[in-house]
Amino acid sequence: MDDTPRTPGISRLLGVLPGTGRSALAAFGLVAFVLLPGLHLFTSGKSPLHVSDYVITVGGKVMCYAIVAVAMDLAWGYGGILSLGHGLFFALGGYAFGMYLMRSIGRDGVYQSDLPDFMVFLDWKELPWYWRGSDHVLWALALVVLVPVAIAFAFGFFAFRSRIKGVYFSIITQALTYAAMLLFFRNETGFGGNNGFTDFKRILGFPITAPATRVALFMLTAATLAAALLIGRSLVTSKFGRVLAAIRDAESRAMFLGYDPLWYKLFVWTFSAVLTAVAGALFVPQVGIINPSEMSPASSIEIAIWVAVGGRGTLVGAVVGAVLVNLAKSWFTMAFPEFWLFFLGLLFIVVTLLLPEGVVGLWRRLLRGRAPA
Amino acid sequence: MRRPVHVLLAFLTWQATPALAALDAKAVGQLASEDSEEKIAAIRQLVQGGDPTAQRVLQALGDDGLQLSGGKVVIVDGERVFDAVTGEELKPGLEGGEGISINNRVRRELTAALAALRLFDPDRGARLTAAQELTAGADLAMAPLLARALESEADGQIRQLLVLAHAQASLKAPDAATRLAAVRALRASGNPGVRGLLAALLDERAEPDARVRTEARASIATIEHRMAIGEIVGRVFSGLSLGSILLLAALGLAITYGVMGVINMAHGELLMVGAYSTFAVQTLFGRYLPRALDWYVVAAVPVAFVAAALVGIVIERTVIRFLYGRPLETLLATWGLSLVLIQSARTLFGAQNVGVANPSWMSGGIQVMANAVLPWNRIAIIAFSLGVLALVWLTMSHTRLGLFVRAVTQNRAMAGCVGVPTGRVDTLAFAVGAGLAGLGGVALSQIANVGPDMGQSYIVDSFMVVVLGGVGQLAGAALAALGLGVAAKFLEGLAGAVIAKIAVLAFIIIFIQKRPQGLFALKGRFLED
Repeated sequence: MDDTPRTPGISRLLGVLPGTGRSALAAFGLVAFVLLPGLHLFTSGKSPLHVSDYVITVGGKVMCYAIVAVAMDLAWGYGGILSLGHGLFFALGGYAFGMYLMRSIGRDGVYQSDLPDFMVFLDWKELPWYWRGSDHVLWALALVVLVPVAIAFAFGFFAFRSRIKGVYFSIITQALTYAAMLLFFRNETGFGGNNGFTDFKRILGFPITAPATRVALFMLTAATLAAALLIGRSLVTSKFGRVLAAIRDAESRAMFLGYDPLWYKLFVWTFSAVLTAVAGALFVPQVGIINPSEMSPASSIEIAIWVAVGGRGTLVGAVVGAVLVNLAKSWFTMAFPEFWLFFLGLLFIVVTLLLPEGVVGLWRRLLRGRAPA
Repeated sequence: MRRPVHVLLAFLTWQATPALAALDAKAVGQLASEDSEEKIAAIRQLVQGGDPTAQRVLQALGDDGLQLSGGKVVIVDGERVFDAVTGEELKPGLEGGEGISINNRVRRELTAALAALRLFDPDRGARLTAAQELTAGADLAMAPLLARALESEADGQIRQLLVLAHAQASLKAPDAATRLAAVRALRASGNPGVRGLLAALLDERAEPDARVRTEARASIATIEHRMAIGEIVGRVFSGLSLGSILLLAALGLAITYGVMGVINMAHGELLMVGAYSTFAVQTLFGRYLPRALDWYVVAAVPVAFVAAALVGIVIERTVIRFLYGRPLETLLATWGLSLVLIQSARTLFGAQNVGVANPSWMSGGIQVMANAVLPWNRIAIIAFSLGVLALVWLTMSHTRLGLFVRAVTQNRAMAGCVGVPTGRVDTLAFAVGAGLAGLGGVALSQIANVGPDMGQSYIVDSFMVVVLGGVGQLAGAALAALGLGVAAKFLEGLAGAVIAKIAVLAFIIIFIQKRPQGLFALKGRFLED
């Protein structure tokens, strides 16, 4: 970044991209902002060019996952911090925004009460204190950011300060998300227990299942993904990114050179958590449900495999991996549900054994004209 | 509904035949009376005798099988008719009998009476149910009968119930001295039910005599104290048994992680392999050796060890060997393996849980206190895991393999230099670790559900044990497992299972901040990286 001329805002961000990256970004923008929304909204259902609800929803969902994968890649691929607890931050973002969505159901719920249905069911008379303000969208958005920041910062501070790293850190993050999952499964916690939040009616006053709302959310997700990629790219090509990579590769040496690994790791870890939470907040209105199973250790570890499949240490690889694995999942769970776990399991093994650099790494090797290992 | 009653009747008939003691004819005749009071009096009188033949008559009364035929009370059992007083079969059958009906009040009395009679049944199960029924409400009239039953009863659990029932009956006595004696007698019990019974006496309206009230208060205090102790004993015990399961799960992990630095996320699935092996052995025994079915668990132990160890060897040779020194990749690959193993179990055995039954010698338990029963299956598991711990310790400290394993743990490169075949040690150690998980599966199958997902719920816990205990430390793993188990059970009593689990996880997360190397750390000067 040192030699980049001081140009303002977006052009500086775009400046970090190589030429192919810029054209890829332009193509992505064209598809996500013009082609798909246009074909969804302005063609009739019978037209062969029509893009169905399903495509828009799945597309939005997969892009949310891709944002999570980018966040994961920043922490794991560049910081060497393998988190097995990113599902927690994803779910926290989802729950924080879900609170707002639950409140905007208003009296249209099954029990026609001011309180969310599950609270009526538990015979609660008023909102618990942590729900206060949840009917304001700005407060909900603030929560989406602040809660993960607080948790990630506190947890990361103590963990990195004690120089907990590698597998130890992974196992503890797994325990963290597992504990949170148990907590959220309880009805008394006040987040809908097993069922979580669902049956949303509207967002910002717009009906949540209307085509225009869907498309707006889809475009918002696409924009967030593009922003995440650009910010991530500028982060990893900056001096900060170089030091981070040095810490990843040889923490002790970086320390002896005078860098304090704590703040570098803490920043990338917290940033990654926030990005994940934002993805969670975008995920909930599009998919229409958030429940504690998002915090299960299994779904957190699945995030790691998206990144590994795509190729860790390359941001575009994370996106490719998330898209590939999730499309495969959609196809398998419909066509051969009983083989999905076999496939996913073998994917974990094959990728780690044979494709340590993922699909993107393989592609680069092929381009260089060398045979893959 | 009818069939079991007939079977029971047939059984009772067979029982009663040798001693055809005639019942009190007057009392039997009174059963046919129109007046409910008369009937109840008759029932009480019949019970007083404690005569097994009375059971048959009363049973028939309860089943609408008692009829009045020509001034004679008879028992009708299908086509056959018996004289109620003598128990002899009447020929020729029945002519125009008139059924004897009873109202609900009589029926209640009858149920208690039948229960009282069954207290003398030779079958333990029958006596137990009878005693349980009686504690629900015993009448003063039954007190002498209960006292007699207490004299002859040898089973501890039934005795507890009988004491309760007897005291309950005596507390209704008009005589204050008898009540006082009953209250005193109850002091020896630690039964939670007795406490409630005595608490009712504290009210002046229920108990006019002041001495009895004071005595009741003193008895309650004693009982509460004893109950508290019993509860603690129960907690510690269930904590130890949970801990010993964790220990079995964590021992293998301590070896694989300690020696090779391999995080094996499929370890929980190796537990599952062990549990399914137990199921398979049980099925085979059920089919080919039904007479030895009780001992299938013993046979399952080596089978599970070998099965899990073989799976472990395959895993090590095909996957883990290529990933040494890359712990994060190992973690992901073994997670993939665990998914494959789960799905394989689902495909082979179905997604439903399979039934693994406790052998009969493991059912029941030792009653150490009225409210603390130590079940045999849990005692067996604690003993088993301590035995396994001892074996592992012996192997590690006294065999050549153990020596090699320790050498590789401390300094892999140096061990290789002096001729330790590190590759083979890795494979063997991994096989042993996997086999130990298989043994954990055998133990787990005796107290938990056996299903494809069973391993998942133990993996986080067993990693916590290893992390807490210190990597590669057997003593640390043992202490951490038992400590975590007991702590979890105590917290469970205070705050519920989920909060307990969260608290334990939170504690470990904080503990690791303070002592990243665990409870017991290998001493040495080295820098990671």
